[in-house]
Formats: sequence, structure tokens, C-alpha cells
Amino acid sequence: MPLVRYITAEGNEYEAEVPVGNTIMQGAVDNMIDGILGECGGAGACATCHCFVDTDWSDKTGEAGDSEQEMLEAIPGADERSRLSCQIEVTAELDGVVVHLPAAQF
Amino acid sequence: MHSDHAIIIGASHAGAQLATALRQQGWGGAITLIGDEPSPPYQRPPLSKEYLAGKRDAEHLLIRPAELYAKHDIQLRTGCRVIAIDRAAREVELGSGERLGYSKLGLCTGARVRPIEVPGAGLEGVCYLRTRADVERIRQRVTPGGKAVIVGGGYIGLETAASLRQLGMQVWVLEMMGRVLARVTAPPVSDFYRRYHEQQGVNLELNCQVQAFEGGARVERVQCLDGRCFDADLVVVGIGVIPNQELASETGLEVANGVVVDACGQTSDPDIVALGDCCQQPNPYAAAPIRLESVPSAMEQARCAAATLCGHPTPNTSLPWFWSDQYDLKLQIAGLNSHYDQVVLRGDPDSASFVAWYLKQGKLLAADCINRPKEFMVAKQLIGRGGEVDAEQLADEQVAPKALLADPTQ
Repeated sequence: MPLVRYITAEGNEYEAEVPVGNTIMQGAVDNMIDGILGECGGAGACATCHCFVDTDWSDKTGEAGDSEQEMLEAIPGADERSRLSCQIEVTAELDGVVVHLPAAQF
Repeated sequence: MHSDHAIIIGASHAGAQLATALRQQGWGGAITLIGDEPSPPYQRPPLSKEYLAGKRDAEHLLIRPAELYAKHDIQLRTGCRVIAIDRAAREVELGSGERLGYSKLGLCTGARVRPIEVPGAGLEGVCYLRTRADVERIRQRVTPGGKAVIVGGGYIGLETAASLRQLGMQVWVLEMMGRVLARVTAPPVSDFYRRYHEQQGVNLELNCQVQAFEGGARVERVQCLDGRCFDADLVVVGIGVIPNQELASETGLEVANGVVVDACGQTSDPDIVALGDCCQQPNPYAAAPIRLESVPSAMEQARCAAATLCGHPTPNTSLPWFWSDQYDLKLQIAGLNSHYDQVVLRGDPDSASFVAWYLKQGKLLAADCINRPKEFMVAKQLIGRGGEVDAEQLADEQVAPKALLADPTQ
């Protein structure tokens, strides 16, 4: 099972095995990792699963879709690494992926 | 009583979140999460959407994997009903007669569907939509080309209509009021949804009140007061919910429209919290305590109630928000629009991408954002900081959404 590494704003690191096909948001929720809320359950409606994809991995996680991009543009503190983690599906290629969590979800 | 045992009654969004939030916030004692449905806690919002439409399976409805609860020492008891709370003894009584002692109690009993009280309401094929079992009953009656009559033009009714259209059914929606979503949106938004559903082939019947369901072994027709009559292979009733507050009231806790709690989730008994659809709570964005039917609200209440039970009373100050997916329409609602005195539109509803901003005395209360995710994020921030806005700028598409965040007083 691919390993996802979540690094909090305080620098704490958590690792979770996330089944292929699940999202990085669900991986955090399923493992009770603080910092990702996922209030809408992955409908892409709330932006409370904001994360920063480590620049070494951004090629593999792909680009945000239109609706996601629009929400990202209005999140305080978002930058070019920002994604909604409910929109990143875990694949075998993402084994070891590193995502950084913001200090707060908005 | 038990020295250190948190019992949570109700295992849906509020209860599941309270159980895990208690662990995350350092509750060291036992936790028992009791639910009357057979499944581990699952997500309800997809029921009327992806789950009904067959785009998501039961496993992917689970809020968290079934094995997570045991892993964090949360005893999950499904298919199990609490029938009484004995506050003097600090015990809850289960349907089996078993009694469990608690030191802290969380009431997450949710709400049940409001039954329609007309002749024939008990006929086979008259369904409701609240639980996974409800959806499975509905799905057994879905046939392409079959006739579905939905009673109630609120969010549940309209989402169900959209899903059943996508499954190839002929769909009628019967709404008692003169417009759909009458209690929750302004007329331009209601009109937009009516037209959009009609374009998708849904027959919307307004000012239409059901008099009776008719049929033999199963429902065959819906008869309305004004004489309108509709053939039906399937009926789905979505006319609201009733909070499950009887356990609370029978044990002497204060109830109104929901179990009365303070900003931190505490009931009139300091060892008992209530949260989710069953409770009524003060909210900084509402003039009076309010009962919200909202997953995000339940999750926020759970985080606050968990902290409160762990000895750190934490008020819930979150801005309410909601969403509804129908067809390719993503509606995101920020804030509470009650008592608005002005509606400002941004964008043309005919483009299926617009915002209805709700103001009161010039301040922004709420926004219905249809396929406008950026404005939704901006609305949350504007309302959260007091709602100071310039109504002309809200309406002006030449002003970029983010520019609306610039302080208008400067």
C-alpha cells in the first residue's frame, strides 16, 4: 500500500498507508491525522483539506481542476504548491508522497 | 456510575466525530459509541446523490474504516438502541435491558424524517430518504422509464429528483409552496432551480398539496387537494425532519426545537453534551439559538464538545455553511440568510453560474454560490469578519472576487 507522509505546520511528521484509489484527504481522516478536516467528505465543496504538495512530488500529483483552482485562489495562505487533498487520488506512483499541512484550515 | 466512561448515543456524523475527537483531545477513559443502525458510521450527504445514483458503494460511504474504532479503543455498538437515560444513577438503558454506566454522555441522536399524514401513507412504495436502508428501498423500485413522484421541493427532494433523472426515471416534484426551496433561498435562486430541473425533464408542480396515496398492494397514484393526480411507481417524501429529543426530555433535560445546549455544547446537565441535528445552540451568526441540519456544523460542534468534555469548555463560533450537488450544479452556501432585507445578484442565472448575496442593513449575511467556488470562499471570509461590503461591488463582475476582500472603508 502506498505510503503518504503528512508534515504539520509545527514540523511533526505522520506516515499513513493509504489504499490505491483513496484520496490523500481520506488517508488523513482514516488515520486521525490532525490538520485536515474534510468537512464535506470529499465533495470538493469546503476547502478544509487544503495541503501543500512537496515540490518534489508536484509532477506526480498533477494539477488542480478548474473548480478546485478557483477555491485555492481564495484560500488565505495558499501558494503554487496548494491542492485540495480530497482531489488527489493515491496511486502506486505516489508511494512516499510528501504533503505539508497548513497551520489552520479555513 | 462509571469512573471514566464516555458514552455517545447516536453513531452518525456528530457521534463518530465526537468519539474520535475525544481521543484526539486526550480523553484517556473508555468510549462507547452506540448506534441503532447496523452499519458503522457512514456519510449521509451522498445518500441522495452519488449513492442513490449508483456512483458510490457502501464501503466508500463510511466516515472512517470500521476497524479504526477498535484501534483507538472506541467500543462501537451498532444495531443497538438506548431507550432511557437515568441521570441519578448515571446509566443508560439499552433495548436489551442492559445498563451501562457513564461519567460523561454525548447525545448525538440526530433527527428522523417527518412523516406525511395522509391516507395511503403506509402503502408499499411510499419511501423516505434518511438512511442507507431507505436508499436501498428506493433503489429496488427504480426502473428506467418508471414514474417517480417526489413530495417536497427542498434540497432532499431536488437532489433526489436529479439522481432519479440520471437513472432514467420520469420524475414529478410536488411542492406545497409557490416555489421550490422557498424556506431557504431567495426567489431568483428558486426560479433558477425550477428552470434547471425543468430543462432536465423534471415536472415541477407548485402549490400542490398531497391529499392521499392510492393503490392496491402498492402505491399507484398520488391524489392532490386541487384535483391534480399523478401516476407513481415510486414515491419519495422529503418534507423535513424532527429532532430526536425524547431521550433528553424524558430525563429532564431542557428541550425546545432540539436539546438546548450552550455555546460549548453543554446541556442543562454539565456532564451531558448534545450536538448535531438533535440540538439547538447559540450561534454568533444567528439572532437566537438555532438547530442546524448540517454535517460541517455537526463536525465543528463535535470538536468543541470533545474539548468541553475533556475539561476545556470551547465555544462553537464557526460560520455555518452548506452545499448541494444537483446535476452539474455545485451550490455552496455561506452563512445564514434569515431576516435578510436585500438580495444582490452577481452573474446571470441563465449562465448557471451566479451568486445571490443576502444583506441586512447593508451587511453581508449569506451567499448562495452556484458554480462559483471562488465567491464562496470569499463570502466565508467577508461574513466571518463582520460582513462589511459594498453592494455595488458585489454585483459588479468587473470587480474580481478577491478584490471584494479589500476593506471598503479604506
